[in-house]
Amino acid sequence: MPMSIEADQGLYDYSTRPQRTPTPEGDPGLSLSDDTRLGLYTRLQELRQLEKRAYDLFMQNLVKGTSHLSLGMEAVAAGFGQAMRADDYAFATYRGHAHALSKGASMDGVLAELLGRQNGLMGGKGGSMHLSDAARGMMGSYAIIGAHLTLANGTAWSAQLRDSGQVTVCFFGDGTTNIGAFHEALNFAAVWDLPVVFVCENNLYMEYTPIDLITSVDHPAADRASAYGLERIVIDGNDVDRVYDTALRVLEKARSGGGPSLVEALTYRSGGHSRADPGKYRPAEEVKAWADYDPIIVYHQRLLARGFGEETLTEINNKVADQVNQATEAAKAGAEPELESIFTELWADGGSTWRN
Amino acid sequence: MAELNIAQALNAALSSALEDDRVVLLGEDVGTTGGVFRVTDGLLQKYGPDRVIDTPVAESGIVGAAFGMAVGGMRPIAEMQFMGFSYPAFDQIINHVARIRNRSQGRFTAPLVIRIPYGAGIGAAEHHSESAEAIYVQAPGVKVVVPATPYDAKGMLLAALDDPDPVIFLEPIRLYRSIKQEVPDEAYRVPLGVAAHLRQGRDVSLIGYGSMMREVNAAADILAAEGVSVDVIDLRSLVPFDAEMVIDSAQRTGRVVVVQEAPRSAGFAAEVVAQVQEKALYSLNAPVERVTGYDIVVPLRRAEKHFVPSVARVVAAARRTLEP
Ligand SMILES: Cc1ncc(C[n+]2csc(CCOP(=O)(O)OP(=O)(O)O)c2C)c(N)n1
Ligand SMILES: [Mg+2]
Repeated sequence: MPMSIEADQGLYDYSTRPQRTPTPEGDPGLSLSDDTRLGLYTRLQELRQLEKRAYDLFMQNLVKGTSHLSLGMEAVAAGFGQAMRADDYAFATYRGHAHALSKGASMDGVLAELLGRQNGLMGGKGGSMHLSDAARGMMGSYAIIGAHLTLANGTAWSAQLRDSGQVTVCFFGDGTTNIGAFHEALNFAAVWDLPVVFVCENNLYMEYTPIDLITSVDHPAADRASAYGLERIVIDGNDVDRVYDTALRVLEKARSGGGPSLVEALTYRSGGHSRADPGKYRPAEEVKAWADYDPIIVYHQRLLARGFGEETLTEINNKVADQVNQATEAAKAGAEPELESIFTELWADGGSTWRN
Repeated sequence: MAELNIAQALNAALSSALEDDRVVLLGEDVGTTGGVFRVTDGLLQKYGPDRVIDTPVAESGIVGAAFGMAVGGMRPIAEMQFMGFSYPAFDQIINHVARIRNRSQGRFTAPLVIRIPYGAGIGAAEHHSESAEAIYVQAPGVKVVVPATPYDAKGMLLAALDDPDPVIFLEPIRLYRSIKQEVPDEAYRVPLGVAAHLRQGRDVSLIGYGSMMREVNAAADILAAEGVSVDVIDLRSLVPFDAEMVIDSAQRTGRVVVVQEAPRSAGFAAEVVAQVQEKALYSLNAPVERVTGYDIVVPLRRAEKHFVPSVARVVAAARRTLEP
C-alpha cells in the first residue's frame, strides 16, 4: 500500500497534522512497448502543460466562473485514457479537464471553453466544470458529488443491452465515497454485472477536510469494495505504468462480461481545491513529499533509467508546448457566445422562448 | 455596535447562538475552514468539535442527522454549501423535516435551521447560482426566510433558531460582503413573518426580497429622483408571508411591481401577484408587473448578469404601471 497514514492529531489545524506521504515502490517492470511508454509520457505532458496554461489564464482573469485543477493527479486520467477504447464512455467531475483531454477532446476545445468562447466544447456556455465531448464518448463533467456514478451505470447498462463491448469509466474523488449515490451505484453495478469501472482519485482531501477525519475506513473506496462483492484494489495513482496496467486489466474484465471494478488510485493535488483556495491547510512536509513524487518526475526518471534519451523527452515536451500555445491562440481568437444563446437547448423544440 | 457585512453578522449570530448548549453546527468544511463563504469562521476554535462539526459530503446525511438531533431536543444548524447542493437532501427536507409535526400529530417536532447560500454572484452557472426558494415554499411545514441586510441577517437567524418549526434560511450570495451596517453586539431577534417597510410612497409599490433588494432599492432611488412616490417592501419571510403589509401597500398605491431573481414561471412572485389580485383587485390602477429571472438554467459569468433582473428592468416595469 503505497502510502502511510499516522494517527489523528491537530484537529483544529490540519496543517500541523502528521503528514500522509507517498511510499513509492519503483518501476513495476511491465513489458510495454517503447511506443506505449512514450504515449503515456506524451499524454502526461499534455495534461500537465494544458492545466498549467489553464492556471495562467485564470490568473489573468480570463477563465469564466471557478475552476478545479488536477495538477499532480494527471497519471490517473492519462493511464486510463491510454488504455480505453475510442468508443468507451468516460464520466468525470468538475475537476475534469484532464479526463476530457485523455478521452480525446481537443486542447482548443477545452481552453476555449474555459475562456467561455463559442469555439469551446460547450460553445462557451458550460465553463470549466461542465466539459463533455459526445463524439469521443466523454459523457460529461458533473459538479454534483456522487450523482454521476449512478449515471455511469446507465451507459454501461446500455452497452450491455446493445452488446457493444463498450466499457464506461467513471472518475470521482475520495470525498465522493461518503455520499449515498456512491453506494447505490456500486450495488447496481454489482447486481447486474455492468461493464463499468469506478475510479476513485484519492487525493486525501475532501475540499479542505482530510478524508480520514470523515471516513469510517482508511481507504475510502477500496475498503468498501467487499460490501459489494468486489475486489479490493488500491494502486499508486502517481505511477502511470501501474495505472495503465490496472486499467487494461479491469477494462478487459468489464468488456468480457466479468462485471464492474472499483479502483482506488492514491494521488495528491499539488494546488488548492479550486481557484480561490491556496491550500494552506495541508502540512508543508506533506505537500513537499508529494511534489517530489510528482507523476511527471517519476515517469521522466523511469524512462531515462530505461534508456530513453533526454532529447527524445525534451522533444516531446517542446512539441506539446507548441500545441498548447497554438491552442491558447485559437481559444483566445474565439468569439464570446451570443447573449441569446442562454435561451437555447432547454427543450427539444430549440429553446425556451415559448416560456420566456 | 460594530459595522458588519452579512457574512460577519451571521457569524456573530452563530457565535451567540452557540452559547446555548443545544446548538450544534454541521456541514461540509464548516469547522477548520469556516465554510466556503467563511460564515462559520473561528467557531470551531471557540466551541470545539462536538459543537461545530465537519461532515462528509453527504447532504442527505447532514440534514437527516440534524433532523434527528432536533427531534432529540437539540437545536442544530445545518449548512448546505450552495442551493444546488441542497437537492440531495430533498427527501429529508420535504418528506421528513417538513412533515414530522403533522405525521406525528405534534408528538415530534424538528426545530432546526438549514442555511443555504443562494442566487447568482460567483459566475459559476447552475448549481452554484440558483434560486429555488419556491420549491421549499411548496413544502408545508417548513418556514422559508431570506434576509437582505446585516441587521436582519443576525436578528432573523437568532429568531429562526428560537422558532418551534424548521426554518430554511436563505443567504443571498451577492450580498454577503456588499453591504455593511451597524449591528448590535448583543443578541436580538427580528421576528419571522414580518416584512420590512423600507420606504413609504403613494404611487407605486416595489416588492422584493433577498438578493434582489439591492436592485429594488436602486430602482426606487431612480424613480424617486424623477418625482415618483415609491413604496418599498422587503418581504424577508416567504413563509410565513406578510400578506397584510403587501395588500395594504397595493391598496394605497394601486400599482405593484414584484421582483424575484428566480426563473419566472411559478416563482414566489407569482404567489404575491395572486394574493394581490385576490385581495386588492379593486384598488389596482394597472396590471401587476413581475420582474424575474428567465425560465432558463442560470448561465455563466457574463450572461449571469443578463439573467439577474437589472435595475433598469425594475424601473421600466414601474414606469409601465405608471403609464396613463
Ligand atoms: C452534492 C454536493 N455537495 C457539495 C458539493 C461541493 N463540493 C465540491 S467538490 C467537493 C469535495 C469533493 O471531494 P472529493 O470527492 O475528494 O474530490 P476532489 O475535489 O478532491 O477531486 C465538495 C464538497 C458538491 N459539488 N456537490
Ligand atoms: Mg479528494
